[in-house]
Amino acid sequence: MSLFEPVGVTHYLIVGAVMFVIGAICMATKRNALGILMGIELVLNGANINFVAFGSQYLRTETLGLDGQLVALFVIVLAAAEAAVALAIALNFYNNHATIDVDRADELKG
Amino acid sequence: MADWINEQLAFYLSAVMPESAEAPGYVIAALIQAALIIQVPAVGALVFIWMERKVSGRIQDRLGPTRTGGKFGWLQTLADGLKLITKEDLIPGSADAMLFKLAPYLSFAASFAAFLALPFATGWVGQHINVAVFFVAAVLGLEVFGVLLAGWASGSKWSLFGAMREAAQVVSYEVPIGLCIIIPVMVCGTMDLITIGNMQAGLFTNWLIFHDPFTFFTFWIFFTCATASVNRAPFDLAEAESELVAGFHTEYSGLRWSIFFMAEYGSMYIVSALGAILFFGGWNGPIPIFHWIGWAYSGVGETPTLAGWLANLFGCGNLILKSVVGVTVMIWVRWTLPRLRIDQVITTCWKYCVPLSSVMFVGVLLYTATDTWSPNDLFPHRSRASVREGWISQDQARSAGNPEEDEEQAARDEDDLARTSNQPGEEFVLLARSAEERK
Amino acid sequence: MLLFTALNWHTLFFLIFALFACFFAFCVLVTSNIVRMAFYLTLALGATAGLFMLAGAHFVGAMQLMIYVGGTLVLLVFGVMLTAQDSFVRMSTRGGDWVLAVAVGVSLLALLVVAAIYLPQGEFHADAQAKIPADVANQTTSLGLALLSTRPDKLVATNETLAAGMSGYLLPFEIVSVHLLVVLIGAAYLARARRHAPPPS
Repeated sequence: MSLFEPVGVTHYLIVGAVMFVIGAICMATKRNALGILMGIELVLNGANINFVAFGSQYLRTETLGLDGQLVALFVIVLAAAEAAVALAIALNFYNNHATIDVDRADELKG
Repeated sequence: MADWINEQLAFYLSAVMPESAEAPGYVIAALIQAALIIQVPAVGALVFIWMERKVSGRIQDRLGPTRTGGKFGWLQTLADGLKLITKEDLIPGSADAMLFKLAPYLSFAASFAAFLALPFATGWVGQHINVAVFFVAAVLGLEVFGVLLAGWASGSKWSLFGAMREAAQVVSYEVPIGLCIIIPVMVCGTMDLITIGNMQAGLFTNWLIFHDPFTFFTFWIFFTCATASVNRAPFDLAEAESELVAGFHTEYSGLRWSIFFMAEYGSMYIVSALGAILFFGGWNGPIPIFHWIGWAYSGVGETPTLAGWLANLFGCGNLILKSVVGVTVMIWVRWTLPRLRIDQVITTCWKYCVPLSSVMFVGVLLYTATDTWSPNDLFPHRSRASVREGWISQDQARSAGNPEEDEEQAARDEDDLARTSNQPGEEFVLLARSAEERK
Repeated sequence: MLLFTALNWHTLFFLIFALFACFFAFCVLVTSNIVRMAFYLTLALGATAGLFMLAGAHFVGAMQLMIYVGGTLVLLVFGVMLTAQDSFVRMSTRGGDWVLAVAVGVSLLALLVVAAIYLPQGEFHADAQAKIPADVANQTTSLGLALLSTRPDKLVATNETLAAGMSGYLLPFEIVSVHLLVVLIGAAYLARARRHAPPPS
């Protein structure tokens, strides 16, 4: 991709893929419960980039149009809702166990 | 401006520039516009700090600065600035150095970014954004990050308390501000600040604050919530001088502190300007003198003329005057009312401002839906529908400021809308078709 | 000079924002300081909002800034500051976990990138990108009407297949509204202050 040609959907999809994968690795490796939450936000944003790219009229002629943007809108709203509840759960965990380390959340183990 | 620069470059540097070069003009124009816009928070902060000291002095029955720069102490802020620049740059030992240094710039960046979409007159805007109202509200909400990070990175528990209080306050007050901002958007049918300003052209009865009793009250609720949102007294416990030393910027000294204050005064200016454009007619004066003498632009997309530029200049001055009045009222209120506790602040937001603004919202909704008479209909300047959909289409030339033609076109627009708005969505077909015709 | 003028500015800004977003997302992954993680995430999501606006979705971009960055992330930063006591600010993961996660991540990335590259390109709107027009026929109104189940863009749609699938979004809108109410009540309940039993006198 050179700087003289226009970008296409593919470039946006690759950016979305990179953010998605980084978010997934974040979810898998962070020990802090809030770090995992940040991974979730990155995953949802990667998906949003995909939707907006498919719905953009500048990148392809057969575009999803408003559908892409509307789904992205719904994803943003739902991500906010889910982050609120997840944070409440994480804070409850912190208050009850005096730690935010998810490796210590093994009371139901074995 | 970009086209003009391109023409000049092509004329003077025609040997070097290729034929169809457009980029240099845009980049240079963007740089010039950014430089112009940064004067507003920078110089504005200078002036507002001086004004604050004078106004607070007078309210407290003393004079304020009177020595630097003559009888009125005009250069006092400059002297303060020099002092701040020469102060020692302290970073607390337990502070997170990177975040500590970055936080003031985050606040300032958020405050400055909102200036990008704020118009000063028709066409005089950093970037003409379609969703300008939403953009300004969104970006102003980002200022809280600078505050939070400053509070955390200072490594002191008092700074952290101040920062968290402020974050809770700003985020809570975004809700009533959003509701209050939606009301003029609803009346005008567009989020574009330039269009909203132009819809209020004409006599002052066209201003949206006089549209109906609900919008009248909405302005006062908006102003209260805006004062809370920029952390000015009586909602200023984040900086509560008598309680938390200085809240989140306790550990900041010298230039870093002054950047926080430029951000704060910049935000005060932005919310005042937003209120002025949304409710008080923006750059339109109480009497449309420049329309009567034919100087004002009567449409978007006209060729610039000197007369139009002068009319715009006066409009810009008008808007700045209104915003400065808003800032002065904020300063006045700060030194008059006692400070609220944090629980009182949050109570005011959720138990008073949110229900009130919701009631105003429903009131304005019913008012506009039932098409009740409003003082705006007394001396209509131009039909609002015609303003919203662009006064001029590319093929129709129009003489500047010819009121009869304006009325004819307005009448034609009203007829079009009345004819086609029988079914929901039909009005939109008109919009879609006219958008296509304009391509 | 010629280079400067033939540059496709849309592509340049896309590259800037994309690199910004990916770099800061990578920083989120790599750093172990939870507060810096939150800060880098803010920057990454801000760059994503820029990407949205470049793709022409101005309303979604502004909404990303207002709700995601200005709301969700502020919430996250609050949570971080409430729980970031001395020992929890820096927590590092064991090496074995990293290897497994990176292996799976890289293979997933390869799969996604290959899928993206082999996507049928369709036609470019090349001239539309050279000068992004300023009057995108009022997008906010279209979005609002679509949420009320009227699809104004269906009237002017050119592609028959896509036009057949355009429907209103009223039901999801209502469901999400109720969902938000439930979340509001649920989060408030979960986060309620619990009264501690008074100490035995």
